Amino acid sequence: MYEQTKFLIAGEKAVVVEFGDEISEKINQKVRSMMIATKERNIDGIIEFIPTYRSLMIQYDPCKIEYETLLDNLKKIEKQLNEIDIPLPKVIEIPTLYGGEYGPDIQNVADHNHLSIEEVINIHSSKEYLIYMLGFTPGFPYLGGMNEKIATPRLKVPRTKITGGSVGIAGSQTGIYPIDSPGGWQLIGRTPLKLYDAYRKDPILLETGNYIKFVPIDEKDYKKVQEKIQNNIYEYKTYPKERNE
Amino acid sequence: MGQIKIVHPGLLTTIQDEGRYGYQQFGVPVSGVMDDFSYRVSNILVGNEEKEAVLEVTMMGPTIEFEEEGMISITGGDLSPMINGKSISMWRSIHVKTGDTLSFGAIKSGCRSYISFCGGIKTPIVMGSRSTYMKAKIGGLEGRALKAGDIVPIGEKIKNFSSRILPVKYIPQYEKEIEVRVILGPQEDAFTKEGIHTFLANSYTVTNECDRMGFRLDGEEIKHIDGGDIISDGINFGAIQIPGHGKPIVMMADRQTTGGYTKIANVISVDLYKIAQAKPKDQIRFKKVDIKQAQNLLKETNEKIEQIKEVTISQEIIKINKYIVKINGKSYEVKVEEIKV
Repeated sequence: MYEQTKFLIAGEKAVVVEFGDEISEKINQKVRSMMIATKERNIDGIIEFIPTYRSLMIQYDPCKIEYETLLDNLKKIEKQLNEIDIPLPKVIEIPTLYGGEYGPDIQNVADHNHLSIEEVINIHSSKEYLIYMLGFTPGFPYLGGMNEKIATPRLKVPRTKITGGSVGIAGSQTGIYPIDSPGGWQLIGRTPLKLYDAYRKDPILLETGNYIKFVPIDEKDYKKVQEKIQNNIYEYKTYPKERNE
Repeated sequence: MGQIKIVHPGLLTTIQDEGRYGYQQFGVPVSGVMDDFSYRVSNILVGNEEKEAVLEVTMMGPTIEFEEEGMISITGGDLSPMINGKSISMWRSIHVKTGDTLSFGAIKSGCRSYISFCGGIKTPIVMGSRSTYMKAKIGGLEGRALKAGDIVPIGEKIKNFSSRILPVKYIPQYEKEIEVRVILGPQEDAFTKEGIHTFLANSYTVTNECDRMGFRLDGEEIKHIDGGDIISDGINFGAIQIPGHGKPIVMMADRQTTGGYTKIANVISVDLYKIAQAKPKDQIRFKKVDIKQAQNLLKETNEKIEQIKEVTISQEIIKINKYIVKINGKSYEVKVEEIKV
């Protein structure tokens, strides 16, 4: 983390508040706090935010708020960040059916790491993963903190179509494909949850700065959840993330 | 006007408005029109709100049949628009009758035309916008470019609409060699002094890889201090990425929300239209300005738009004269409209 937070210019309609030059949970928490604190101020002229690994882009309308004024405001907020009470991040449970046709590469992951399939599932589903940012395609979460014991290189030949909801591993990263797309990740399972649905009230399920926890389910549960999602009656399971000091 | 029918879609014709805001934090690109000035003016000329959805036409225009009479206007690059095979003027409102056909010919200037319809295009709003984002298949008509046979719904037209003409002094010129003003940053310190100099002192060529997402340019290699990769951060409209190979990529309307390449500078908003109207082989030079200048220029452009609104609304045609003019043995029919300003 920088000793002094940087305020960078990205054209005359955006500033970037940069907290560091590394991927760390601490820095990402700062990004989240800065976004929540700035949103609360309701500063006239701010259009929207792009939170990323280690910085927050703030897009604004310079005809409503000039750069100098916005910068003063942001610097004040940044100075008070440690004193502002920010709500705890949420952990959202992602019911996941591992292996079989839903996760055709789980054997690869097990073989590569000299583990059994059960061990792969246990390791993968035992952690709360921080959503560092969303990007690449609508709703795609960049997750951090996967156990190196299940790290596996990407497929040599990428698939041309991966079903939306697929859970995969690429190197020491894990992730979920929000929509059908091509890709080279080792697929280990699939969730019936829809990470992205343009026609839903909240089109994107996940939020930067929150966490996800994979919960293994069987095929019966998968179908049940899938049906509830389709009928719009599924209740998402979330709980507050405990602060790790 | 009810609806229009796409007879031939042209190269790439999409429904766009000002863009989809509020979802970049979730990884959803803004999209929207590439050339904001032409877009806003085209709506003003048909009496719409500035931000109604229009058609963005790329290089080869579509053929469109009007199923009801109405008013349209065509702005932006000159792709030789015609009604029933006869050339029509751009940057003014045009009355079309039921059964009329709009088509396009050769590119005379620029790259992208905007067609606005009195009443606006009324396709469904998806996540706050009608803009087409083809990669995620949202907005526009089924989230895709228009194709032959499509029917596009048009809103209620304004009654007793009198025509509007943009005074010539406001019409932008699209050159093959353009100067684009930029503000350095956010990663200008990732480049050597010489690298920044190279970027500002040389001319860059638009390559064939230029689309709604971004323009790849070719030219003198821009030197980094320590490589072109960064931990991914946010990307603004007009951001100029320099990957490891040292050649610029200007990020445009369909840009992804985040990216992992160093950004040497950002094109100022009022100059983005120059890139939107650039074609392969066109030359771009970058000129440094500061944020204060850029913000003032943006205010000036907004004031210009307000002036355009006032001028065009209060126009009244006093007299129409038709002449036959002979140039080099060819005779042309010329219509002169005198307007009160």
